[in-house]
Amino acid sequence: MSKNIVSLENIAVSFDGEKVLNNISLDIKDKEFVTLLGPSGCGKTTTLRTIGGFITPDSGSVKFDGKDITSLPPYKRNVNTVFQRYALFPHLNVFENIAFGLKVKKFSDKEIQRRVGEMLELVNLKGFEKRSTDRLSGGQQQRVAIARALVNEPKVLLLDEPLGALDLKLRKEMQIELKRMQQRLEITFVYVTHDQEEALTMSDTVVVMKDGDILQVGSPVDIYNEPKNAFVADFIGESNILSGLMVKDLLVEISGKRFECVDTGFGENVGVDVVIRPEDIKLTDEKDAELSGVVQSVTFKGVHYEMVIETYDHNWLVHSTKAAEPGSTVGITFDPYDIHIMNKMK
Amino acid sequence: MKKLISTPYLLWMAVFIIVPLIMVAYFAVTTADGAFTFDNLAAVSQYANIFVRSIYLAAIATVICLVIAYPLVMILARIDVSFQSTVLMIVMLPMWMNFLLRTYAWMTLLGNNGLINMLFGLFGLGPFRMLNTQGAVVLGMVYNYLPFMILPLYNVIVKIDKSVIDAAHDLGCNNAGTFVKVILPLSVPGVMSGITMVFVPAISTFIISRMLGGGSNLLIGDLIEMQFLGNSYNPNLGAAISLVLMVIILLIMTLLNQFDDDEDRVLM
Amino acid sequence: MKKCLSKLYLALVMLFLYAPIFVLIVFSFNTTKSRSVMSGFTFDWYVKLFHNELILSSLWNTIIVAVIASLGATILGAAAAVGISGMKRLPKTIVMQGTNIPIMNPEIVTGVSLMLLFVFFMARMNLEMGFVTLIIAHITFDVPYVILNVIPRFRQMDPNLYEAAQDLGCNGVSAFFKVVLPEIMPGIISGFLMSFTFSLDDFVVSYFTSGTTQTLPITIYSMTRRKVSPEINALSTIIFLVVVAVLVINNVIERRNLRKRGVVR
Repeated sequence: MSKNIVSLENIAVSFDGEKVLNNISLDIKDKEFVTLLGPSGCGKTTTLRTIGGFITPDSGSVKFDGKDITSLPPYKRNVNTVFQRYALFPHLNVFENIAFGLKVKKFSDKEIQRRVGEMLELVNLKGFEKRSTDRLSGGQQQRVAIARALVNEPKVLLLDEPLGALDLKLRKEMQIELKRMQQRLEITFVYVTHDQEEALTMSDTVVVMKDGDILQVGSPVDIYNEPKNAFVADFIGESNILSGLMVKDLLVEISGKRFECVDTGFGENVGVDVVIRPEDIKLTDEKDAELSGVVQSVTFKGVHYEMVIETYDHNWLVHSTKAAEPGSTVGITFDPYDIHIMNKMK
Repeated sequence: MKKLISTPYLLWMAVFIIVPLIMVAYFAVTTADGAFTFDNLAAVSQYANIFVRSIYLAAIATVICLVIAYPLVMILARIDVSFQSTVLMIVMLPMWMNFLLRTYAWMTLLGNNGLINMLFGLFGLGPFRMLNTQGAVVLGMVYNYLPFMILPLYNVIVKIDKSVIDAAHDLGCNNAGTFVKVILPLSVPGVMSGITMVFVPAISTFIISRMLGGGSNLLIGDLIEMQFLGNSYNPNLGAAISLVLMVIILLIMTLLNQFDDDEDRVLM
Repeated sequence: MKKCLSKLYLALVMLFLYAPIFVLIVFSFNTTKSRSVMSGFTFDWYVKLFHNELILSSLWNTIIVAVIASLGATILGAAAAVGISGMKRLPKTIVMQGTNIPIMNPEIVTGVSLMLLFVFFMARMNLEMGFVTLIIAHITFDVPYVILNVIPRFRQMDPNLYEAAQDLGCNGVSAFFKVVLPEIMPGIISGFLMSFTFSLDDFVVSYFTSGTTQTLPITIYSMTRRKVSPEINALSTIIFLVVVAVLVINNVIERRNLRKRGVVR
């Protein structure tokens, strides 16, 4: 296993008496692509800014490569940031923006020329050196911001919702490009986003946050398949979340019906949340299923149809490549391993 | 119809802005009888020392205003936002007081038996001659025009994106480096407007020099005033001096604009 | 440490800005004409001030000129702004350059250029400068401020607004009054207020264009030229208090409006 490059230990931050981070701890491994994911106000940007040094935590410590850097100002840290709205210097052109950090560190002109040139090539902006930054498209500004940070060869690159201002197509392209850059440069990326799809496609590790707490840390596959609670399940993808009763190990009761499942260790007759992904549900004839309902709506989504099936106590979201007839009654089935049981959220 | 609605103003502008300026030019190159001459413009050279003094004193006052205003604005911009407008209002409030009364206030303070000399007297010093000196004129300029430096500077500095400053720190600049490399260059348009707004009234004033400078520190403004309403009535010479003053200001502003490639100026 | 230094600096600048004014105010209550020693407390100078015919009549002149000039400038300027905002690029640039002249030019040049115009033409008609020339001069230096306050409103306005009103059944004129005018109204009002205060306060241009008509600043100027009179101190105190009152009221209203909007949204 590779070593930890950044460690946050019991970090607490509050603004104007309002807690923004509640004693969170997080280890970030070297050369990893880590995404902090959560809704706005969950503390993900605050976490990033704490690593960058723009926020000094009220308590707890930040370690970098094993050394405590909690009180080190940003300009002495070996990390660089790609800011949300890029924060390019409006009085400098593309070359000068990218060269800024190198000039501060008093590199020779030749070295600056060479490294900025390399960066321009990396981000596909050769020939734009003299261009003023306000005459670049959003995507180009984004690339300058990335180059400006990467040219300093930081061990960790912090990215604060860098793709938020781009349109969908450009965003998809940049996602792939960023991932490729990270693998080629072999440095750690800490990436903040509220877009779960982005988090799942790009990351090695996803950190799901809510209200200043870390809810779950894991690989995208783990987080998707084994969400720790109903919030994570709901945030990470569309889900059917139902209240259920764990009768005993391997048996759960949903909507008054009992189903076999694969989970154990919750105890007997304990209230739980049950999550079933819409794509794991199969529609059958109503005679062949425990549960049945009326098809409320059918929407074509390109690859699949999205349907809402109303049973007597729940509206089920179902994804299927075959469309059912709206208004007809259908049966709902799912396999035991597609039933995800989790403790009720406090 | 939409086009016609601005016609009254266009006529007004032509008659009361453009024509008077043409008349200044016309008077500058004619004699009292209306004959063409370059004598007036040539005569302006007699007053070269007054021009030099005006430019010199106005330049000093402008620099002092900049030196006082810049740190003040940096402090203002860092104050809690809810207080900021109130503090700014308090700073700007004296500007709303009549210009003559503000200058008069200094007249009474600086006099030989004024309050400042009395305070010196308590320590056995003075009295110093402060009124009717060049220093008093510069002081009067700084006092009256300081708000014109503060306002445009404030408008520019308060709008500097906080994340740009974060970015400079992120790329290795300490506070001093950030100031020199980011804040200062970004405030250039504000500095330029401030300089214009202080320098132009300072170089053309005749009240400050008359009230605080006595008779011995004449400025261009005094010279012009004397040709129109003073003892040495000569509107042709006065027009010539005004014309030269406008050209000088235009030249200095063009020179300053070389430093400021930004197109949009920040007035008010 | 750094905070203390900032506060000290702020305090020093405030002292510089306010000390002269407060000295004026304090000595307006002095029984003697001394400018350095308080010998006793009196309201005499205020009583004298209110019996000074010249000051009262020039105050009256100032107010009349300011009201007429700022109203005239507002109508002229608002109409001009409507026209200018619809102009093509080149004529617009030319007109705006002309509009900027009175703002950029030294006041004294504006003053003497108008004086030359008035003297030149009126001498031929055996007329003298006075109230009318004063008002014309004030309108001339006021209009640019109205225009500069109204034009940005047009730029901020949604260009489809006017069309939306027409789409909903307004003809051109009523669309203007129902939709465009309310949008530019804040600019018109602030332009009017700016004109009004500039007119109240103007000395230099008035000095050259007023003939024998006296406005308050001109009277103040002639008072400062003569021997020291604590009446000026009394006048300064009153003007200062009026300024403070106006700014405080203005601030309170602004804050209340902000809060109201905060509630509605």
